[in-house]
Amino acid sequence: MSSHNGHFGRVTVEVPRAAQAPVQRVVEVVARRPVNAYVELTLAAPEIAERAEPGQFVAFAIGGATSALLLRRSIAIAGADDGVVTVVVAPHGPGSTWLSERRRGDSVDVVGPLGRPFPAAPAGARALLVGGGYGAAALVGLAARLRTDGHPVDAVAGAASADRLCSVPELTDVADRVEVTTDDGSAGRRGMVTLAVDEMLADAGVVYACGPMPMLRAVADAATARGVPSYVAVEESMACGIGVCMTCVLPVIGEDGRTRFSRSCTEGPVFGGDRVRFADVGRLPHDVVGADAMGVVAP
Amino acid sequence: MTAVETGMDMRTALGGVEIPDPVLTASGCSAFGRELEPFVDLTAIGAVVTKSVQLRPRSGRPTPRMAETPSGMLNSIGLQGPGIHGLLADDLPWLAERGARAFVSIAGTRVEHFAELAERLRGVPGVLGLEVNISCPNVESRGEVFACDPVAASDVIAAVRAAADPAQPVYAKLSPDVTDIVAVARACADAGADGLSMINTLLGLVIDPDTMRPVLGGVTGGLSGPAIRPVALRCVWQVHAALPDVPILGMGGIRSGLDALQFVLAGASAVSVGTAVFNDPSAPARISAELATALADRGFAALTEAVGYAHRDSA
Repeated sequence: MSSHNGHFGRVTVEVPRAAQAPVQRVVEVVARRPVNAYVELTLAAPEIAERAEPGQFVAFAIGGATSALLLRRSIAIAGADDGVVTVVVAPHGPGSTWLSERRRGDSVDVVGPLGRPFPAAPAGARALLVGGGYGAAALVGLAARLRTDGHPVDAVAGAASADRLCSVPELTDVADRVEVTTDDGSAGRRGMVTLAVDEMLADAGVVYACGPMPMLRAVADAATARGVPSYVAVEESMACGIGVCMTCVLPVIGEDGRTRFSRSCTEGPVFGGDRVRFADVGRLPHDVVGADAMGVVAP
Repeated sequence: MTAVETGMDMRTALGGVEIPDPVLTASGCSAFGRELEPFVDLTAIGAVVTKSVQLRPRSGRPTPRMAETPSGMLNSIGLQGPGIHGLLADDLPWLAERGARAFVSIAGTRVEHFAELAERLRGVPGVLGLEVNISCPNVESRGEVFACDPVAASDVIAAVRAAADPAQPVYAKLSPDVTDIVAVARACADAGADGLSMINTLLGLVIDPDTMRPVLGGVTGGLSGPAIRPVALRCVWQVHAALPDVPILGMGGIRSGLDALQFVLAGASAVSVGTAVFNDPSAPARISAELATALADRGFAALTEAVGYAHRDSA
C-alpha cells in the first residue's frame, strides 16, 4: 500500500492537460431550469461543447462591460452535447446570483473549456463517483464516458439536505448503483457521503470526486488508505480561471515528490487525491518549493 | 475595428525602443504570457510585461490570496514565481520563439539583487527592456518599501541602469502610496530611468464580517482594477506635467479603449492592461483596437500626437 505522506509510491498519475485550447465566446442561454436550490443553464456554445472533456469548467463574466464585479465565475461543465453546454449554478453571492437569473435568450460571455479533465480509468476498473452538493453535476459527463468505455459505474451523491442534492436523476440513468446521503436525513441515508463510500470502495478500482474540500479530503483519504487511486475536482475560488492570476493555488505533490503551490485552474481542477495536501491548504509548509525564499524554513 | 482598418499609426516607444502597439500586458496580471495565447496575438501587442521575477524561486503566500472589491480586487500573491533561472530557461525562450517582446519585471529586497537580475538579463533574446518593481520591502531599511523613499528608489534604479544591457530601457514602477509621487519620479529619472511605469497597486484591506478577521492570508493586499483608475490617472498627469520628457507607461484600471485614451492624453506614451485581463482575456487586443478607433474619431493621425494632449491649456 502507498504511504500518503511519503514522497513516493503514490497511486495516482499527474493529470495531463486537456487536448484542446479554450475559446472565449458570447453565447446565448437557450434554457433555464431550477433544480432544487440550484439553476441549470443551457448555453448554445458549439465551439466549447466540441472541445469539452468531463471534469473541465467554464468561466463566466458577470454583468456586462461596465460591471463592478470583475472576476470570472468558474463553474464545472455538467454536460456538453450537440452544440450546447450545461452548467449548474449555485446562487450564493452577487455574481452567482446574477448568473442564476439569466433567462432564455440572454447572452453571456464565457471562456472554456478550462482546466484538466478527469483521466481515464484503469483498464477494467469499476469506478466510484462521489459528488457533494452541486459538485455532482461535474460527474455526469464522466459517468457517461466511463460507461461508453465499458467501466461499471457506482455513484454517491451527498448534500446537507435534500434541496442541495444535484444531478441524482442523471447519475441514476447511467450508474449501476446510486447511493444518496444527506446530513439531515431529508433524502437517502442520514450522514456524510463517506458512509456509502466506505461500503462501495471495496469494489472500486478508481474513485472520482467533486465537491467541497472537507468531502474531497475524506473521500481521497479513504481511497488512498485502500490503495485505490482517486481523482478530485476542487472548487477553489478563482479570479480568472485561465492561469494568470495565481490566486487559486493549492499545495500539490508533483511526480518528483516535491510540493508546489499549483494553480487549481490550469494544473487542476482535477488532481490526484493523494497529491493534494488538504491539511496544508491555507498554510505555507516549509517544504513547498520556494518557501525558503519567503523566509519559511524547516523547524 | 483594428488599427489597420482605421489606418491609425499606433507605433510608440519604450525608452528608445520602438514598439508597434502601445498596449502591453501588466506585470502580475498575465503570468508569463503563455496562458493568453488562445485569446491574444502576443506578437501584435506592444509587449508582454512578465510577472515580477526574483533571484530564487518563490512559493508565494498561502491562500486566500484574493478578495473581490467594488470595481476591483485585492491581491496578496507574494510574488510566486520560478526565479530568474526558471525564467531564463523556460518562459523567456517560449516568448522569444514566438516573436513576442518581453518587458521583464524584476524585484528584490536588496539593491544588489536588482542589479544581479539586470545583469543576468543582458542580451537575452526577446527581452525588450526591464520594469523595476520597487514596491518591495527593503531589508536594509527595516522593510520600508523602496518606492516610498526617493533615495532608496534612486539607489535601485541607478544600480539597475548600470548593470543592465544598454540596449534595454529601464522603467521604474512607482507606487501611488506616497505623499509626493513627483519627488520619487524625479529621483528615478535622475538616477537614469529611461521611463516610469505608473501605477502599482494601492495597499488595501478587506475584513470578513462573518469570521471578523482579514480575508487575505497576507492581511493587506494590493488594490487594482477600475476602482483605482482616477488615482492612476492623477499620478500620470502630475508626473507628466513635472517631467514632460520622461516617457510614461500608464496603468491602473484600464478596461476600455477610452480608458486607455485618458492615460495617453494625460501623458502616457504606452499603457498596460492588468486586472481587466481577468475579466476579459482578450482585453489587450480589444483595447488596442478601441483606442485606435477613439484616436481616429478625434482626428489624430498617430498615437504619438495624442500623448499629453490634455495638458495643452496648462502650458
